[in-house]
Amino acid sequence: MAIESVPAPLARRGLRNRLKAGDWIFTTLVSATAALVVLIVLGLFYELISRALPSIRKFGLPFLWETQWNPVRETFGAGTFIVGTLITSVVALVLATVLAVLVALFLVEIAPPWLSRPLSYLVELLAAIPSVVYGLWGVFVMGVFIRDYFGPVVVDTLGWIPFFDGTPLITGIFSACLILTIMILPTIMAVSRDVIAAVPNSQREGIMALGATRWEAIRIAILPYARSGVMGGAILGLARAVGETLAVTLVIGNKVAIPSTIFDPAYTMASVIANQFTEVENDMHRSALIEIALVLLVITFVINVVARLLVWRVTRGQRVLVQE
Amino acid sequence: MPDTHVESGTAAASAIGVHIVRTEEEAAASAAPAQRVAIRAENVEAWYGPKLAVAGVNMEIRANSVTALIGPSGCGKSTLIRTFNRMHEFAPAARVGGAVFLDGENIYERGIDPARVRQRVGMVFQKPNPFPTMSIAENVAAGLRFLGVRSKSEINDRVERALKVSALWEEVKNDLKKPGMALSGGQQQRLCIARAIAVEPEVVLMDEPCSALDPIATLKIEDLMRELAVQYTIVVVTHNMQQAARVSDRTAFMLAGEDHVGRLVEYRSTEELFTRPQDKRTEDYITGRFG
Amino acid sequence: MNPRSGASQLFLASEGLYRRRRLANRVMTAVMGIAAAIAVIPLFLILFYLLQKGLRGLSLDLLTQDPNRPGRPGGGVRNSIVGSGIMVGLATAIGVPIAIGCGVFLAEFGQNRAGLVIRFLVDVMAGIPSITVGLFIYGLIVLPQKQFTAFAGAVALAIILLPVVARITEEMVLLVPRSVREAAYALGAPRWKTTLRIVLPTALPGIITGVLLAVSRIAGEAAPLLFTALGNQFNSTNVFHAMDALPLRIFVYAVGPYDYWHEQAWAMSLLLVTIILFISLAVRAIFGSRVTVRQ
Repeated sequence: MAIESVPAPLARRGLRNRLKAGDWIFTTLVSATAALVVLIVLGLFYELISRALPSIRKFGLPFLWETQWNPVRETFGAGTFIVGTLITSVVALVLATVLAVLVALFLVEIAPPWLSRPLSYLVELLAAIPSVVYGLWGVFVMGVFIRDYFGPVVVDTLGWIPFFDGTPLITGIFSACLILTIMILPTIMAVSRDVIAAVPNSQREGIMALGATRWEAIRIAILPYARSGVMGGAILGLARAVGETLAVTLVIGNKVAIPSTIFDPAYTMASVIANQFTEVENDMHRSALIEIALVLLVITFVINVVARLLVWRVTRGQRVLVQE
Repeated sequence: MPDTHVESGTAAASAIGVHIVRTEEEAAASAAPAQRVAIRAENVEAWYGPKLAVAGVNMEIRANSVTALIGPSGCGKSTLIRTFNRMHEFAPAARVGGAVFLDGENIYERGIDPARVRQRVGMVFQKPNPFPTMSIAENVAAGLRFLGVRSKSEINDRVERALKVSALWEEVKNDLKKPGMALSGGQQQRLCIARAIAVEPEVVLMDEPCSALDPIATLKIEDLMRELAVQYTIVVVTHNMQQAARVSDRTAFMLAGEDHVGRLVEYRSTEELFTRPQDKRTEDYITGRFG
Repeated sequence: MNPRSGASQLFLASEGLYRRRRLANRVMTAVMGIAAAIAVIPLFLILFYLLQKGLRGLSLDLLTQDPNRPGRPGGGVRNSIVGSGIMVGLATAIGVPIAIGCGVFLAEFGQNRAGLVIRFLVDVMAGIPSITVGLFIYGLIVLPQKQFTAFAGAVALAIILLPVVARITEEMVLLVPRSVREAAYALGAPRWKTTLRIVLPTALPGIITGVLLAVSRIAGEAAPLLFTALGNQFNSTNVFHAMDALPLRIFVYAVGPYDYWHEQAWAMSLLLVTIILFISLAVRAIFGSRVTVRQ
């Protein structure tokens, strides 16, 4: 990529101050790399929009809810994939957030340092394991366990609830939810832990001095104080779940249909791209898949912006905003 | 103030400009014998991990009076006060030796829950620490839920009473739903006092409650301490000798020796301590010769 | 407690409530502890099965042979290991200089609105799904050239590495004390020399940490390579042709029908995870817990 051709308006201030040639080059180069970041993000949107244009023109807004996906007849709608993404990531978000916040509270508020440090590191290591390894494990270990043991138990005990019947298989929406829960757990846990640890001790002392138990201190003083930061962490986890590709592709079963039970195979936006893009039937098929990527990009972009704003609000000084 | 007289102090007191002001009643009250003992410390020692911070403290704190703990910084006065409601254990690896009796019962006895002790021995901290996500009223009511006060009207009643006692009611009665953080520093500290007394503790511990406040706010809190002593037992840590002289009935002077272990040097009525100190080190401290 | 004390009626009447509060506290403490135990179970399960199933397939052949024709047991994944090495190396070579430049910009010139915008975009970039990055590079490089190339794969990986290294560089440069910089200015050194000779070397250990962690992350990425480097049965070192990578081959073998593929997939996963965890542990041991990279 041609770095030299990037104009460097950002360098102007530095220029005025120091006119030496070395400094000018330095400032220009550094500004160019920064400008490159802007170009990459803009380029990403431009590239996807322009390549998705045929599909956008042909199917319009109904693309987002139409469930027809027929490469041969060239009729495309992303409805099933959006539903699949929504179900898996929201379920994973809820499960992982509950677990992650409890773990974070245990690490910060309950466990002594000799226990909390290694434990916290172990949970964070989960984030270092590649997606494809999760997928492999999800198919050959977790999936088998779900089919043979966990799934039947769930059906036996909860089968009377709508959507909880069905036949447990190795792959399916249930497996995808579980694997996503494990994968986003470390993200949410780490942010929650840092945010909870940042709650000033004076808050803990204040509530404990009134006779609160540990749990009451957490419920009444600590969690409300850390709330928006924890939400930011959860939303970052959501962004990760929405964009997660290979692990989900391996365990979700890959079927173009809206699931009717929790064990049915389905598709997410990311997994349909991963699965079909290298074997597209025609140009419209490719364009439709790129439009799905565009939708995915917009969704994760919005989620990320919201999450960053929430986390920024907490970390930018200890002044916590209070709303009426 | 009617019926006040200024005791011209001894050389020691006037050297630091302390003027002990007392009403007649208060002077009489502090002289009254056989006051109930609220807290009795027996050979109390406090540790931070392997480090001994306070050792061998024996003292009795009389009910319905103001007791001041003074001494140079690092003498362990804040540590000592925190052993009275088991807040000391809050620090990592901290532990307490000896015994502290609250109404004759050792609060360090096996099976006693610190949370239960703290409901009876409240605390106000150096920096005001209202809960930022709660309104003024919710802040005051925060401890009531631990006592089973549920009915809205009773909560409102108690909030109003606590705010009145802490002399904040007139300033906030129309803003009860506003966040506690919106108040000034001095108001926040009075809010924290209201929060502490709303649960009707027997003892209120105050750990340098005015150190973060301006002089006017400080005076208000000092007045408040005198008034609270009618109903509660107040123990106040202060690095400010004038403040101890102004507000307290009895004063304890602490000092850390060469070994950095804080010990109780002298403990007697405030008037005596500042005018006729028995210990050379006390006299040195109150005349400003060190510390 | 002692009823003859000065305790308030309110306090004395709350004994029953206190028992319930104490119970709630104990239950919730136990719940938190159990949650912590549950959270580490997946890690142990994954590591356990990686060892159990992966050690079986690990052999010298796996590292030194190229894949056999599909369906013929034996062979290895040398091409994938070489490919991963080349593409990760190339991505690092492309991404790290840009990322460091961007980090320096944020630290040195970033205290204004432009800095705020770019910092925000870098953060947002870190959250873009890697498969989307793959499609972006597919449209940008692969389609115009009509050729899947390792170079395209490396660029995609570089884009994923960039925000991680940029932000760590910024933080590390900001950690360099102002006095160090001012001392250099006082000696008359120009800004660029101060930054290159004084500030960056001081921040180097932290930046290296960030690079290592980012490298360990892109080494495990398959999604951005699916439509860029594509994968390849044969050993190739030409970066302008399709190339294989370990995560890609794990993906292909995991969905494939042959048992020996599955075995090799486990072995490759063990290899990959060992390398990644080794880097992660080493970084942690050398630099402590200050620097961590997530997702």
